[in-house]
Amino acid sequence: MGRFILRRLGQGFLVVLGVSLVVFVAMRVFGDPAKVMLPLSATTEQRAEFEHLIGLDRPLPEQFVTFIGELATLDFGDSLWQRRPAMEVVFERLPNTLMLVGAGLGFAMIMALPLGALAALRPGGIIDRVTVIGGLVGLSTPQFWLGLLLIMLFAVQLRILPTSGIGGVSHLILPALTLALPSMARMVLLVRSQVIDELNQQYVKTARAKGLRFHQVLFGHALRNVMIPFITLAGWEVISALAGYTVVVESVFAWPGLGHTAIQAIQRNDLFLLQAIVFTVAIAIVLVNILLDVIYKFIDPRIKLA
Amino acid sequence: MRALAEELWKDKPGLIGFVLIVTIVLAAILAPLIAPYDPATQAVVGRLKPPVWMAKGDWAHLLGTDQLGRDILSRLIYGARTSLIVGILVVALAGTFGGTIGLLAGFRGGRTDTILMRLVDIQVAFPGLLLILLIVAVIGPSMVTMIVVLALTNWMIYARVVRGIVLSVRQMPYVEAAEMIGCQQSRVIFRHILPNLTSPLLTLGILEFTNIVLAEAALSFLGLGVQPPATSWGLDVSTGKDYIFVAWWLVTFPGLCISVTVLSINLFANWLRVTTDPQEREKRFARARAATRRRQERRAGVGRETP
Repeated sequence: MGRFILRRLGQGFLVVLGVSLVVFVAMRVFGDPAKVMLPLSATTEQRAEFEHLIGLDRPLPEQFVTFIGELATLDFGDSLWQRRPAMEVVFERLPNTLMLVGAGLGFAMIMALPLGALAALRPGGIIDRVTVIGGLVGLSTPQFWLGLLLIMLFAVQLRILPTSGIGGVSHLILPALTLALPSMARMVLLVRSQVIDELNQQYVKTARAKGLRFHQVLFGHALRNVMIPFITLAGWEVISALAGYTVVVESVFAWPGLGHTAIQAIQRNDLFLLQAIVFTVAIAIVLVNILLDVIYKFIDPRIKLA
Repeated sequence: MRALAEELWKDKPGLIGFVLIVTIVLAAILAPLIAPYDPATQAVVGRLKPPVWMAKGDWAHLLGTDQLGRDILSRLIYGARTSLIVGILVVALAGTFGGTIGLLAGFRGGRTDTILMRLVDIQVAFPGLLLILLIVAVIGPSMVTMIVVLALTNWMIYARVVRGIVLSVRQMPYVEAAEMIGCQQSRVIFRHILPNLTSPLLTLGILEFTNIVLAEAALSFLGLGVQPPATSWGLDVSTGKDYIFVAWWLVTFPGLCISVTVLSINLFANWLRVTTDPQEREKRFARARAATRRRQERRAGVGRETP
């Protein structure tokens, strides 16, 4: 186990290195940070001073080595917008994003299993058809639009929930729901098709023939086998939520998490802060991936970690 | 072809999806002919007019006007062009690139395979959308930037799928035979391996197309995709969100267009997947047989006593 985690950390290191290469090439080779970050009125001297300050006047390979060194020490420079270390801002906002992802995807996972299994009991039945069409509608709805519709309905028309911002539980409901729905749709469709497949397997007939009740077979055998693909998809949903879906949801609801901050950083040309956010999320994704592999091991003893 | 059309006719959701897709594509192609107004023409006097069925609505603007007095229906029709063009270009670019990588990895095997697939593994673990945001923010938002960046971040799935198929097809006796009798590599690839890829790549491309349409809408909504004066449904939702308290139609209609487009493609793709997959066909056949038998038994069992 320990060796496995070490190895996966090594692979994760490659991922972070890859991200840093892409960021470096985008920022220093194709882009011009001085042009983006300085005001239009900056004089040539100010420009030169800024370029000297962040090392833009050095040769590219040297810049890259310095860049990697700064990453290793998590030193992303000061945020232009907040005028304090970028990592400080990141650590302040990270818990909000984790709370949103946890609430939204937790809800989606809890709802998806029973809904999908219920639909699978009678394929082609009325519940099944409604679930499938509902699932397809759910994964076809753009999240920013869903969020705005929910705001119009619950905050503007009914006035029972706040439009945006952060506060008590009532502030969390709409953004979490918006984040949850498309993921839930994908998970329900997956659970449905997997349960249908499992119930058609020979072992189900054997178990029924030796006298087990249907619910015993469903919960004891079929659903357990569905857990592996379910966890795979759920993990993928968590990762893609962290990797970007929260940006959309958070900016619709002005939820002060990493995604909303990323958009604010872009609007204020604060590349240092944006860079810090991208790396924090990259590291978070690596950690979630390792966690997933460990969870697999616990769910399915047949899996060997190598 | 005719048999296929008949099967589509039987699957009503798939049929609805297909009809809607054709409508949207035609609307996009014929936009200058059918749009009642130019999508960019502003009219200061006729701002924020509601759709025709509301009290203050007006037949001149079926779906109302936006905050600059532009006709919403015309903007929606032109917006379809953006979504379709971006979707098609990105799928074509990413599919070609990813497919080539997958073909190379699967066909060459060995070290080429290891290196290419490791590259795929690494990029799959990238923070996708956030990285796109950073790149677009540095280079500057435009439609071309968006297309290139979306293609560069979505090619991996094609590589994986193509590699998997190539690996299994290479084991087939007819491919081995072709190599044995001295066919050139290019002939083996183009004559014997590529035809196996068309059907799975088609389904994958269609499904990826929906993801790209949603991604384009999200990027344009965030202000990092299509830039005004060009039109895009995501962009229109974004400008409309400042008016949700006074004019619900600004946000609702463009969003509905995105949703309907993606949904109809999904419905059609769902039908296509079931129809082209032999295993799925068999399952459906068995299910239909079981249903008929149950019905017959029930009918026959009316006279008898039921257990």
